Amino acid sequence: AFEKFTRPMMGRKELLKNTLRKAAHGWKLIVDHRLTEEEAKWLRLYIDEPAYTDLHWGMFIPAIEGQGTEEQKKKWLPLAQKMQIIGCYAQTELGHGSNVQGLETTATFDPKTDEFVVHSPTLTSSKWWPGGLGKVSTHALVYARLIVGGEFHGVHGFIVQLRSLDDHSPLPGITVGDIGMKFGNGAYNTMDNGVLRFDHVRIPRNQMLMRVTQVTKEGKIMQSNVPRQLIYGTMVYVRQTIVADASKALSRAVCIATRYSAVRRQFGSRDGGPETQVIDYKTQQSRLFPLLASAYAFRFVGEWLKWLYMDVKERLAANDFSTLPEAHACTAGLKSITTTATADGIEECRKLCGGHGYLVSSGLPELFAVYIPACTYEGDNVVLLLQVARFLVKTVSELGYKKPVGTTAYMGRVASLMQNNCAVQTAEGWLNPGAIVEAFESRAARMAVQCGKKLAKFENPEEGFAELSADLVEASIAHCQLIVVSKFIEKLKQDIPGKGVKQMLEVLCYVYALFLLHKHQGDFLATGYLTPEQASLANDQLRTLYSKVRPNAITLVDSFNYTDHYLGSILGRYDGNVYPKLYEAAWKDPLNDSDVVDGFHEFVQPILKQKLRTSKL
Amino acid sequence: MEGVDYLRDERSKAQFDVETMKVAWAGSPEAFLVCDRMAKLVANDPVFEKFSKPMLGRKELFKNTLRKTAHAWKLVNDLHLTEEEAKWLRHYIDEPSYTDLQWEMFVPALEGQGTEEQKKKWVPLAKTMQIIGTYAQTELGHGSNVQGLETTATFDRQSDEFVIHSPTLTSSKWWPGGLAKVTTHAIVYARLIIDGHFYGVHGFIVQLRSLEDHSPLPGITLGDIGMKFGHGTYNTMDNGVARFDRVRIPRDQMLMRVSQVTKEGKYMKSNVPRQLGYATMVSVRQTIVSDASKALSRAVCIATRYSAIRRQFGSRDGGPETQVLDYKTQQSRLFPLVASAFAFRFASDWLKLLYTDVKQRLEVNDFSTLPEVHACTAGFKSLTTAATAEGIEECRKLCGGHGYLISSGLPELFAFYVPACTYEGENVVMLLQVARFLVKTVSDLGNKQPVGTAAYLGRASLLVQKNCVVQTAEDWLNPIAILEAFEARAARMAVGCCQRLAEFKSPEEGFAELSSDLAEASLAHCQVIVVSTFIRRLQQDIPGRGVKQALEVLCNVYALFLLHKHQGDFLATGYLTPKQASLANDQLRTLYSKVRPNAIALVDSFNHTDHYLSSVLGRYDGNVYPKLYEAALKDPLNDSDIADGIHQYVQPILKQKLHSSKL
Repeated sequence: AFEKFTRPMMGRKELLKNTLRKAAHGWKLIVDHRLTEEEAKWLRLYIDEPAYTDLHWGMFIPAIEGQGTEEQKKKWLPLAQKMQIIGCYAQTELGHGSNVQGLETTATFDPKTDEFVVHSPTLTSSKWWPGGLGKVSTHALVYARLIVGGEFHGVHGFIVQLRSLDDHSPLPGITVGDIGMKFGNGAYNTMDNGVLRFDHVRIPRNQMLMRVTQVTKEGKIMQSNVPRQLIYGTMVYVRQTIVADASKALSRAVCIATRYSAVRRQFGSRDGGPETQVIDYKTQQSRLFPLLASAYAFRFVGEWLKWLYMDVKERLAANDFSTLPEAHACTAGLKSITTTATADGIEECRKLCGGHGYLVSSGLPELFAVYIPACTYEGDNVVLLLQVARFLVKTVSELGYKKPVGTTAYMGRVASLMQNNCAVQTAEGWLNPGAIVEAFESRAARMAVQCGKKLAKFENPEEGFAELSADLVEASIAHCQLIVVSKFIEKLKQDIPGKGVKQMLEVLCYVYALFLLHKHQGDFLATGYLTPEQASLANDQLRTLYSKVRPNAITLVDSFNYTDHYLGSILGRYDGNVYPKLYEAAWKDPLNDSDVVDGFHEFVQPILKQKLRTSKL
Repeated sequence: MEGVDYLRDERSKAQFDVETMKVAWAGSPEAFLVCDRMAKLVANDPVFEKFSKPMLGRKELFKNTLRKTAHAWKLVNDLHLTEEEAKWLRHYIDEPSYTDLQWEMFVPALEGQGTEEQKKKWVPLAKTMQIIGTYAQTELGHGSNVQGLETTATFDRQSDEFVIHSPTLTSSKWWPGGLAKVTTHAIVYARLIIDGHFYGVHGFIVQLRSLEDHSPLPGITLGDIGMKFGHGTYNTMDNGVARFDRVRIPRDQMLMRVSQVTKEGKYMKSNVPRQLGYATMVSVRQTIVSDASKALSRAVCIATRYSAIRRQFGSRDGGPETQVLDYKTQQSRLFPLVASAFAFRFASDWLKLLYTDVKQRLEVNDFSTLPEVHACTAGFKSLTTAATAEGIEECRKLCGGHGYLISSGLPELFAFYVPACTYEGENVVMLLQVARFLVKTVSDLGNKQPVGTAAYLGRASLLVQKNCVVQTAEDWLNPIAILEAFEARAARMAVGCCQRLAEFKSPEEGFAELSSDLAEASLAHCQVIVVSTFIRRLQQDIPGRGVKQALEVLCNVYALFLLHKHQGDFLATGYLTPKQASLANDQLRTLYSKVRPNAIALVDSFNHTDHYLSSVLGRYDGNVYPKLYEAALKDPLNDSDIADGIHQYVQPILKQKLHSSKL
């Protein structure tokens, strides 16, 4: 039931229907086999097809759990968990994305009927993008401007029923539809991302999610003593998931490109022998192996984020908000750099497969198309880096009286980081975790301090921040890379069993760090921490490391344990039987149904017979 | 709401004359007129509508393209269009089709590699489209390495024929456009075998399909290789697979301009210089660079216009939010791409001149500039296509979430463009060819004066010594300072690579080991060429109010953006101090502010029609949101309120009756 090869050839309607079928089958398996929530989550992941259930389980239910009162949870959660209702998360609008405060949809309290009137006042206020909204969801969590007594009281979430539970038709006053095709053939076209408009739709007062803020039937606004910071806990959780997904997507692409690079041969034939495997070329290695290392790096930083989430949750439970700004900045930054690197990395893997990577059967075009929204959803990547930058600037300016914590603790040593320059003298000198961490810390600290100094020259800090934003983004990236590098190194300080496993991961850790160092050597040199000679030694060491990765390349990607079904790639087949299978797959294209193609007699034959003039086109 | 112009205020801010800039972009008043006329001819003809393309199934899609192609050929004939006009017509139809191969590969190959007799026979048939041809070189297992091809053409003296054969699965011809379903003929590249001896790879004209009923001829297996990246894009093309089972063709169907096989089976070389192929290569790569500038200009046009329409954050006192085009982060990603589009445009204009020069030299048997020309065009191809592919995707991201919609035009443009990075020479392979040339040039410096785009290397000893003298941000507005910086960096990187290569015992081993450093040195060299071409273009007379000034700003943006991006190179080679690099970056920010008021007018100068852009976000009138909403409702899923499949697969879940329902 979960076959996916034919997906790219389907029309849109067929494609959605097929996904609805798979989602139903998936749910049946979950119920029949009594799968746990954890198991069900993995089942959905391996079905590998965006569907309305992603939103139902990933956004709708958690939002009710997080933002609903006990009473609301008691009413709505059982309905949702049994799928008697299907919900989505309707926040973004046609004219409004990252800026939640800019939303236009209104929810106006009517004390006479004890109801909210949900309304779309303009075209740009139409809800736009929510997955599952277009055709499937019966309910939505709608974010709207709360208006009570003519006054605006912030943006809040409201549970709105969209469709009849009898015949699934849209309820009166509600216009709902699909927003059209998206990038890729299958990819997100299996999802009914939707548009939604309200014409004065009324809902009972108790359908506003009221855990934090309440509206009484008299129209009074009240804040409960639940800390508003609770929302940060959810944010850390969601971003942790995104980082974990980044490592999965990147590892898929790397697995395909690595296996095919070992199968594919080009140039270098000696005496008529076979050509050279492309994986033996240093140019191939220098593009592929850093991505392989990145997949592992993101995996480990994702694991650490899980720990961070638990930590934040415990602290919140004890009303300790001290680490929140740092946790927020750190997760925002990691979301941004891992998703950007993954999107770029998938496309790089496609190019590393040469011309055949352009075929949909390589799996890479679809993987790219399905992945890239991660760069814009849940916070646009550049907007997030600017949030990190604000935090960094603040941290630097407060250094005199506030000790930075967690991933910014190194800023506390800023004085020595500004002064001490790199001591590495040989290429081997770079195989030292201490040297590497210090290099990344110094670069990040110096860039942040430098930005702080330049900002101080502006009379208006906001103007300075806007003017220097591109530099601030670079400083944020430096800070975030430090986090990934140091979490990788910390991971390797733990006990890791198995023959050669730890040694292998050490090589990958060095590849990751030194690749970044080479790529951003401009930063390291401009801040004066490195000499050109030291940067060059790092690059020499990197080449040596590639040779150490080479014999392990295939087993490193086998370690991801991906099935051929999950990879969905002929080039990345476990058995390497690429060419016969590529040939076989070609024949399944609808154009190959007949020797003489549809349209030939009408539109080509008249040209060849020089009778175009008289033919009807 | 037709007739609105939400970008009017933006347009009125322009500090230069848009109409003259259009001519500067097009290259000449004549070129502008031809392009403008052909673009409008296509845009105003309903047959060439392309909005519905992504929703069509593969068969329907392909049939639709066949129809458009026939209609276009009819127009070419009815309107007596010149070859130049016909080329632009095909370009603006904006849909890969078998005629691309017919006119750009099959006919030129016949003309370039055929004897006079062969040309007399085949070219008229092709030019009247009585036969349709393609260019069958790549194989399932073989791409860039032509010498690795496996298909054989064995001479049979008895019948005076060649026997074309696919000996292995990996020898199947794979990728040629038009091959699967349309072409009647192909130029097949195969290993020439005479009496068991191999005589190199040559081209053979092979008929593939009956001219009566179009069925494949005996011994020939033909098919489509399946779906490619994107919805429409190259799925409108029948890229094909072909296998030959001992197919016989007459001896005179080997293209014999350079090498001949006599009926006795003697292999001979004519006195036509083998270097003739270089002229074609320069012409092909010139087209690729020109296409890069077009594709990138489309993407930046969409992203720039939408960035002026889209607003986000920064609302003061409930007023409108800030146009995203006003954010420095947006400008620092977008404006360098606008500048790159112009840079590539001028590079392609210059390549046209180079082509003429090469042709003239070849006629008088002057081959002295060929290695330099070869390296320079390979480098241009690699640099411009890689930057364009990345630039299109960057523009998509710059449009936020809506860039992910097909109706933004950017996903299709990206999927359509990316093959340029691999075809006609894979980009990294190209850079390594440049590297070989650089290494040779540097090592020959003592006894050979480098020419053309490598001439600066003649001053290498000076360039490795003298450091940058810039002291203020304003100093970076000096073309001489910029050029010297790029030359010094490139020369130092090339010399540095040579010094390290010398440490290896085997030069080949050293080249392999250091190949990624060599590729970086090549890129530095190619950037010198693009920057210096842009600067030289500005030394010419450019008419029109403010046109030259606006281009000067873009030229500086392009150069200083590269300098900042690659500051690691400039610092590592010791040419710049960190302070000087930082001044360049300061100047760059100032330059962005100078681009800002002209941004919309600059992309208007490309003169792209809304049809050609095919982007709701990039509409000329800026009427984005109503049109986006309108477009959404045309999706097939919106044919009915209740989607197909709801009753079967969703209702049973909601009604808790899944266990008893049949899936």
